[in-house]
Amino acid sequence: MTIFDILHETYSALTSNKVRSGLTILGIVIGISSVITMISIGQGAQTSINASIQSIGSNLILVMPGAQRGPGMNVSAGRGSAKSLTLSDAEAISLEVTDIKAVAPEVTGRYQVTAKGTNTNTQVIGTVSAYPSVRNVEVENGNFFTDQNVKNGDKVAIIGPTTRDDLFGVDADPIGQTIRIKKLDFKVIGVTKSKGGTGFGSSDDMVYVPISTAQRYFSGDAYVSTISIAGNDATVGTSIQQQVTDLLILRHKVTALTMDFNVMNQADIVATASSVTGIFTILLASVAGISLIVGGIGIMNMMLTTVTERTREIGLRKAIGAKQRDISIQFLVEAVMLTFFGGFVGVVLGWTASYLVTYFGLLQTTVSISSILLAFGVSAGIGIIFGYYPARRAAKMNPIEALRYE
Amino acid sequence: MIEVHNITKTYKSGADISFQALKGVSFTIEDGEFVAIMGPSGSGKSTLMHILGALDTPTTGKYLLDKKDVSKYSDDELADIRKEKIGFVFQSFNLLPRATVIRNVVLPLVYAGVGEEDRNNRAKDALFAAGLDESHFGHLSNQLSGGQIQRVAIARALVNNPTIILADEPTGNLDTKTGEIVLGTFQRLNEERGRTIVLITHESDVAEHAKRIIYIRDGLITEDRRTHVRRIIKK
Repeated sequence: MTIFDILHETYSALTSNKVRSGLTILGIVIGISSVITMISIGQGAQTSINASIQSIGSNLILVMPGAQRGPGMNVSAGRGSAKSLTLSDAEAISLEVTDIKAVAPEVTGRYQVTAKGTNTNTQVIGTVSAYPSVRNVEVENGNFFTDQNVKNGDKVAIIGPTTRDDLFGVDADPIGQTIRIKKLDFKVIGVTKSKGGTGFGSSDDMVYVPISTAQRYFSGDAYVSTISIAGNDATVGTSIQQQVTDLLILRHKVTALTMDFNVMNQADIVATASSVTGIFTILLASVAGISLIVGGIGIMNMMLTTVTERTREIGLRKAIGAKQRDISIQFLVEAVMLTFFGGFVGVVLGWTASYLVTYFGLLQTTVSISSILLAFGVSAGIGIIFGYYPARRAAKMNPIEALRYE
Repeated sequence: MIEVHNITKTYKSGADISFQALKGVSFTIEDGEFVAIMGPSGSGKSTLMHILGALDTPTTGKYLLDKKDVSKYSDDELADIRKEKIGFVFQSFNLLPRATVIRNVVLPLVYAGVGEEDRNNRAKDALFAAGLDESHFGHLSNQLSGGQIQRVAIARALVNNPTIILADEPTGNLDTKTGEIVLGTFQRLNEERGRTIVLITHESDVAEHAKRIIYIRDGLITEDRRTHVRRIIKK
């Protein structure tokens, strides 16, 4: 029996009962398409979360006030709840820690910001001129403030595109205009480029002012709320983290157990987020996998029915010289054909579903080649596993009894 | 050539319950013979047919098919014997309902590994020999009459040039007139093409169409004779 003959037999067997074949395939279609969709959503979520973590800066190390709590890093541990970091800490870090590109201390607060009758409540960040290079902020229109502005305590501001839209109208040119923060007039000298921020608070809805100005007029003390450090490359993160910790322990006269600050490495945050989204993906995929198993049982059920129904045909085939192998291959190929076809339709459907998720802007999903190959492999495998027992049963039939079967 | 030497067949159902269907049967069928094996139901003729058709093996005794002892063959070896040397015609026809006439006849050649081109020519020859008109070759079995279906089945039994054609009650599901036509087909195949035919039946007028009748009763041969008045079906 050639492959062509087997396919011919399979085709005629499967098309002779289209409704039943179709319904059986449906189980596999649902299983495979949900696996593909779930994996693509999971991977899309992972990509999106990683992208928003990367958008806050590259090779970033964050120093925050407040004690480290428990084992591992807590992303918002003690932010703003304690005041322990100062500008001189930032200066010491930039002088003494090696492999760093830039250091940007910042003072943050939420204030009501007004301009010509419009107003918005937004995050105001007092920082230094190195901030854009540390936190990957780009100025689209105008300039970021200079060291001279910081030294002089000038009342200048750079605003985010969302803030601009809120205060001056969509795509207006606010350069040279005045905004009021805490009853003080600031001159707008730049607008940052949109990052399309999601996750970690939108970096598009921000106002940046010189740190000296922020400390004098807003916070009223010499403390800073965060020190951001940019490393030279991706490999130095841990070393910088260690150096900063050692330096600040010394400067604050504390021990490793009583630390009043917290040093976070961006790589750790990425790793944590990745492992969370990874678990999330596995969870989704395994729920979908269960439906695939149910589909496989459907295949087995149908094949068992088919084998019983075609007992006489099996008897005849054996009478005219078919061996056990010929019979079992025939039924196995039927089962694999069903699952393979179901797998194909499932991939198409899953792909469409994840495309729709992207299209409606819910999440940027990607269907990877590996998940398609996995789906095909799994569906063919299900055909073999769930088709094996019925095929075996057909092959083992006694030809005499099979021919007599009514 | 078929040589059967003192064949027995015992069926076991349970530890000490057994039933002996054949109690020592011997005969020889030469090439080109047309033999009817006749007996009432329960006589052991079906068991004999299964053994002659290599669907089953005897409990004791020897079965030589073309000088080859097949009485101890395994299932797959028996399948090869059936593929090469035996053609079956069944009472209930057993055509594949979803396959065309020609595809049904081709099927034994598919398992025998005959090439695509050769298959169709041989299937057509066999269908002509069985007396079926070419216009039916593309039909499904539900578009044919009982007589036509049985002639497709005969063509299927012929197609691989078997040593013997075994027909198990081939007229059992047909009316008398159609049955006569089918039996005439067997006679023609025997006379004109020299085919060896073994007909299993319980009806004496069916058996009278053969040249020789072997009577079997309670697992033993009671009579083995030439036909007294042979019934010849004119074409």
